[in-house]
Amino acid sequence: MVLLLSITAGALFSAGIYMILRRSLVKILVGLILLGYAVNLLLFNTANLIPGRPPLIGLGQLGVPEVYADPVPQALILTAIVISFGITAFAVVLVRQTYKVLGRDDLDTMRCTDIPCEEDDIATELERAENQP
Amino acid sequence: MISLPILIPLLFGILCLAAWNSLRIQKLLSLVGPIALISVSSWMLIRIRDVGIQSLQIGNWPAPFGISLVIDLFSAIMVTIAAIVALAIACYSQVGIDKQRANFGFYPLFFFLLMGVNGAFITGDLFNLYVWFEVMLMASFVLIALGGERPQIEGAVKYVVLNLLSSTLFLVAIGLTYNLAGTLNMADLALQLPKVSMQSQVTLIAILFLIAFSIKSAAFPLFFWLPASYHTPPVAITALFSGLLTKVGVYALIRVFTLLFVQDISYTHTIILIMAGFTMVTGVLGAAAQTDFRRLLSFHIISQIGYLLLGLGLFSQQALAASIYFMIHVILAKTALFFVAGIVNQIQGTYDLKKLGNLYSNRVGISLLFLIPALSLAGLPPLSGFFAKLGLIIAGYNLGQYGIVAVGLAVSFMTLYSMTKVWNEVFWKEKKLADPQNKPQPVSAWMVAPTIGLIVISLLLSIFTEPMMTLAHQAATQLMDPTLYITSVLGGKP
Repeated sequence: MVLLLSITAGALFSAGIYMILRRSLVKILVGLILLGYAVNLLLFNTANLIPGRPPLIGLGQLGVPEVYADPVPQALILTAIVISFGITAFAVVLVRQTYKVLGRDDLDTMRCTDIPCEEDDIATELERAENQP
Repeated sequence: MISLPILIPLLFGILCLAAWNSLRIQKLLSLVGPIALISVSSWMLIRIRDVGIQSLQIGNWPAPFGISLVIDLFSAIMVTIAAIVALAIACYSQVGIDKQRANFGFYPLFFFLLMGVNGAFITGDLFNLYVWFEVMLMASFVLIALGGERPQIEGAVKYVVLNLLSSTLFLVAIGLTYNLAGTLNMADLALQLPKVSMQSQVTLIAILFLIAFSIKSAAFPLFFWLPASYHTPPVAITALFSGLLTKVGVYALIRVFTLLFVQDISYTHTIILIMAGFTMVTGVLGAAAQTDFRRLLSFHIISQIGYLLLGLGLFSQQALAASIYFMIHVILAKTALFFVAGIVNQIQGTYDLKKLGNLYSNRVGISLLFLIPALSLAGLPPLSGFFAKLGLIIAGYNLGQYGIVAVGLAVSFMTLYSMTKVWNEVFWKEKKLADPQNKPQPVSAWMVAPTIGLIVISLLLSIFTEPMMTLAHQAATQLMDPTLYITSVLGGKP
């Protein structure tokens, strides 16, 4: 089970990283969501998975049971899920707003905050690229 | 008492939300809140200097099980300086934030950001640190995109994506730490990590933390999001970010690499030292190429982060004390410089160095406001930057790290060059195109007063170098001796 979860988490990580390296904003968003899932699985996996042993002291029992599933990582995941939900919601709105303001979602055309350039330059460049077969 | 730096911004944030419809009340609250914060944090600073490290177990759960809040001298200094900067920015934003942005919740966000920053400074739990980082990031995401102008949106995309990536790495590192040590309480971790049998795994996790926090603090080679995004929002927001956000990243680095990951210093701290050198050089070289006032200052943030890391990389009490002093100095000087950029923009309506000019002949006072923090940043005596850099360089010299000392000195010269360039372009140059429609605009006292205030505090810092350095040395002693931290949190337990 641990191995299966590790491989799944690894696959999700690689998929997420591949996606955030794409140019399209929506794909980057998908990548961030995948990375979030990957981390949650990894957190789940950090407690040695012990099935069927809840961390409860049974009726008539005294003291902590010797073997029990660690509840802490699950509490961590719960927090992480809530946080990533909020942040994903914000990121979705940001992507939508970006498309609304800029009219495109290609990251390669969003370089005006890195190097001084005119908006018109990019517009003509885009047109030229479209006209080429 | 210890939770007050978190509770005060929370309370004022909620009050601002309650007064959503009345900007006047929100503006008043934004001034009262930081004043309350300053009084509480300075009282706390004095108390901790006299009594020692204080800790609080939330919900009265005993230490390694519940969440601990811990204030040592370093945290107390950071909370105090954050409160001072917050007050300056609150004054500046009275006129520096346009009505539309203020209506969409600038003031509540300002307080929530402050809550996240203070929370990160005083938490004693790794996962809780992550939560505070997210509180801070969420507020900063909204602040950077607030207003929705074209460059802002572009900058926000880069800022959001790279910071989320860093949070993901941070969370991965936390998960792996829990797997190795079975605890996330920092004091308990400091005890458990040396007992781990596979020490190479600890080093691996240390590097993961280093990468995550380096993205947040914009260290080489992970700084690219900063100059792409920081200059896009209004200057009050940029000043807030430059004063607080990257410094929280550096704070986390210093905390983690003095308390937790000190097993393999020759490996991890050498990497930090090399990163520090490259951060200083790339930052200042990047600044030399800029023609936009705010972008130039953004690159200088990176360069100064290098100096802060230098103290951590050298890892001696003297070096850390110099780093702490440098932190106070750079937060004050940098925020003041961003304020001046905003004032210049208010007067001449642009941030473009090529289009600016003539300010020295028109506004001598404003020129002076730029000159003092600029020379302080470059490290000219007798300003505070000189003592900060001197401390770092003496520390490096004592440890025999001559290479990094030479880099630090050279970068100082480059900083001076860069500041001279701004001085020539903005203040001394004769403005050729005298556009009759583009008359110099008057500047509000709300913008000038906080700038003067910050400069005065910065000057006081250089006049009272001796007592401040003593305080920084005390803080560094606490950092270098983790047992003080551990016994404060876990109580006398072994």
